[in-house]
Amino acid sequence: MIRLAETAGKLPGVVVSREYKYACSDPGQDMIVQDVRKYGLNRVVVASCSPHLHELTFRKTVATAGQNPYLFHMVNIREHVSWVTEDPEAATAKAEALVKAAVLRAAFLRELEPRRFPVNPNVLVVGGGIAGIHTALTLANANKQVYLVEREPTIGGHMAQFDKTFPTLDCAACILTPKMTAVKQHPNIHLMTYCEVGEVSGFVGSFKVKVKKYPRYIDEDKCTGCGECIEACIFKEGKTPSEFDVGLSKRKPVYLSFPQAVPPIPVIDPEACIEFKSHKCPKSCVEACGDRAAIDFTQTTREVELEVGAVVVATGFKPFDARRLPQYGYGKHPNVYTSLEVERLVNASGPTLGQVVMRDGRKPESIGVLHCIGSRDENTNRYCSRVCCMYSLKLAHLLKEKTGAHIYNFYIDMRTPGKGFEEFYKRLLEEGISCIRGKVAEVSTWPQSPAEEGKLVLRVEDTLLGAVRRIPVDMVVLSVGLEPQADSGQTGRLFNLGCSSDGWFLERHPKLAPVDTFTDGVFLAGCCQGPKDIPDTVAQGGVAAAQSLALIDKGCVEIEPVTAFIDQEICSGCQICIAMCPYTAIQFDSEKSVAALNEALCKGCGTCVAACPSGAAQQNLFLDEQLFAEVQGVLV
Amino acid sequence: MSEAFNPRIVGFFCNWCTYLAADLAGTSRMKYAPNVRVVRTMCSGRVDPQLVVWAFRNGADGVLIGGCHPGDCHYQEGNYKTLRRMGLLRTMLAQLGIEPDRLRLEWISASEGERLRDVMNEFSAQIRQLGPLETKSSVISSQSSVAQAAP
Ligand SMILES: Cc1cc2nc3c(=O)[nH]c(=O)nc-3n(C[C@H](O)[C@H](O)[C@H](O)COP(=O)(O)OP(=O)(O)OC[C@H]3O[C@@H](n4cnc5c(N)ncnc54)[C@H](O)[C@@H]3O)c2cc1C
Ligand code: FES
Repeated sequence: MIRLAETAGKLPGVVVSREYKYACSDPGQDMIVQDVRKYGLNRVVVASCSPHLHELTFRKTVATAGQNPYLFHMVNIREHVSWVTEDPEAATAKAEALVKAAVLRAAFLRELEPRRFPVNPNVLVVGGGIAGIHTALTLANANKQVYLVEREPTIGGHMAQFDKTFPTLDCAACILTPKMTAVKQHPNIHLMTYCEVGEVSGFVGSFKVKVKKYPRYIDEDKCTGCGECIEACIFKEGKTPSEFDVGLSKRKPVYLSFPQAVPPIPVIDPEACIEFKSHKCPKSCVEACGDRAAIDFTQTTREVELEVGAVVVATGFKPFDARRLPQYGYGKHPNVYTSLEVERLVNASGPTLGQVVMRDGRKPESIGVLHCIGSRDENTNRYCSRVCCMYSLKLAHLLKEKTGAHIYNFYIDMRTPGKGFEEFYKRLLEEGISCIRGKVAEVSTWPQSPAEEGKLVLRVEDTLLGAVRRIPVDMVVLSVGLEPQADSGQTGRLFNLGCSSDGWFLERHPKLAPVDTFTDGVFLAGCCQGPKDIPDTVAQGGVAAAQSLALIDKGCVEIEPVTAFIDQEICSGCQICIAMCPYTAIQFDSEKSVAALNEALCKGCGTCVAACPSGAAQQNLFLDEQLFAEVQGVLV
Repeated sequence: MSEAFNPRIVGFFCNWCTYLAADLAGTSRMKYAPNVRVVRTMCSGRVDPQLVVWAFRNGADGVLIGGCHPGDCHYQEGNYKTLRRMGLLRTMLAQLGIEPDRLRLEWISASEGERLRDVMNEFSAQIRQLGPLETKSSVISSQSSVAQAAP
């Protein structure tokens, strides 16, 4: 570092060069301010971490010193050099080259003004699970208008499907449904269910969003939620697997996902409804609806346009598909269940009214709960899904309570970090649950002894005993992990979000900006950012709401002036740039026969600059001369 | 090639994907060859063919352009425009006596720290194989447009 400061000191134009450990700290910044004032510096180069971390910090420092903040350039010698280079000598040489490039580049920096735009105070929340619900309510309580877009017919997300929640075992419906109702009743929340975001344009403070509203075939304004149409449907019994009950019950073509659904408005499934198939249905539903006349078979997908200043993405997770691990026999052995199915099975308002009756009609006397299905496994997902140990213990407790069966939990490591979690585990051990340390290799139905007849046999290496065991049980529960939504890539593209290698949306900084993204004005909440439990999800929703409020209440945003401009003196009027611009920011001025750039529309990609044959198009902060100098510098 | 040859490579990385991938490789403390020196642009679409020629003219042995995956460009389609420019650029380089393999375009997303490391290592090795760039430098430097745009 000292050598770097010395060589930098000898570069042309450098007045003062210093080494300091934490340039971004208060004393570090102060040192810069003092030097700028003392030596009358008109360029500042800082070689430290990534500009994504502290470019803004140092621009402010330079401004504090009384200089234009854009007469500053940052060199990334930490993430791009010292942390990635084995040989210290090579690292120093690389850092020297980068610093030289920055100093040469800095000579060509120009004074600029940040661009200021007003912020629209409305917020879009995408996804109506507990994360989106909590975010929307917090914002609405702060008197902001919130559009809550949920693609299912009801809000609630996964939490609505649970019976109890760990570690306190409070009933999920008792804590969730009041919040769902509050959403519906809140005058500041515009609830848009059965809707999806189709298109997003604009930028922080002024996003334009097109929302696709799918046809429910029931007019939301006219429907009173009486449910008489469902009663009256000519299907006396449901024939379609219920999405909400994860296929454990059947629903009719006209249905309400569950009795506490919000909004309480049924949906007609055109795939199942006879009227859509043959147009020969007597339409007893329409008759039952009567004067309310809410049923409308002619509805089509509509598009609604919204304008918002901030967006919170809260699209949650999908459970791991247990069929991907055939050794556990899900889909083959009827008494193998996923954890989500068991959530419905033990639920007092579930398909069996809380009776744990297996698919073959029997009540289980012994149950194996297999942790980490689709988690911590090189062949599926490498990460830990964070909630499975705890919900597996929860399900063990509930199953024992409901059936009195003997319960075995098979775990790799028991992970119970959280308030009251370890205590919950202790309690379960006292209740007499057998916890066996080992990953089950296989679930089979081949008996090797009379005790295994008619049972599901779990073959497992008990790593505490150091022996392979065969344990026969009646019922198997696969504690499936959490995965990103199947369409998370598409959602990511809509809002310009990055994904981690596992597919979860990437936060701006894992510690210091956990809900921010690399798109200003777009925040994350809940499991779409990574697996987490309900308390953490709610906390994150609150933070996302607070971040949105901080943005809105500031009233305006400052954007780096990286826009392009066209020197009309040089422009030959060839119009190549016009075709290049993805934002139609460049128009042809036919009077002057030159290109004219609308700064308000330009987002600063610089594609027009690269295409301009005459050098008339330029980009602020990335002028040709700046980049040429930088290239020359790195090639010392 | 002599062991002592240490290629000099210029990397033009877009701000939103490849530059962030390099940041991620850094925070994950992945080690890779120190040959590529990164110049940040907002989008790979900003990488002017003249910049590439300029790099070779100033002694680069290789140029690596890094952008977002197709469809993921922060500015919708800057990376497609870069891709379309590549063909022409390669032909141009060949005419200038520069092996087109000295120029490489890669899509590396913000989460692909490992891929970034691999590309850095691979490309450095590939350029080491090709050896130092020996061009009819008169051809490049007589490129009037480059000379004009240069500072
Ligand atoms: C079996 C099981 C049991 C669990 N038990 C517990 C427990 O006891 N205690 C606990 O604390 N945690 C538990 N968890 C974890 C809990 O489920 C999560 O913490 C919580 O559901 C996360 O909420 P969320 O809003 O982020 O996501 P979700 O609940 O997944 O909600 C996301 C919502 O967004 C909607 N959506 C998705 N994509 C789009 C889109 N493109 N456009 C519009 N809407 C969209 C979805 O339809 C859904 O309504 C359990 C998890 C599982 C799998
Ligand atoms: S922003 Fe990465 S290629 Fe355009």
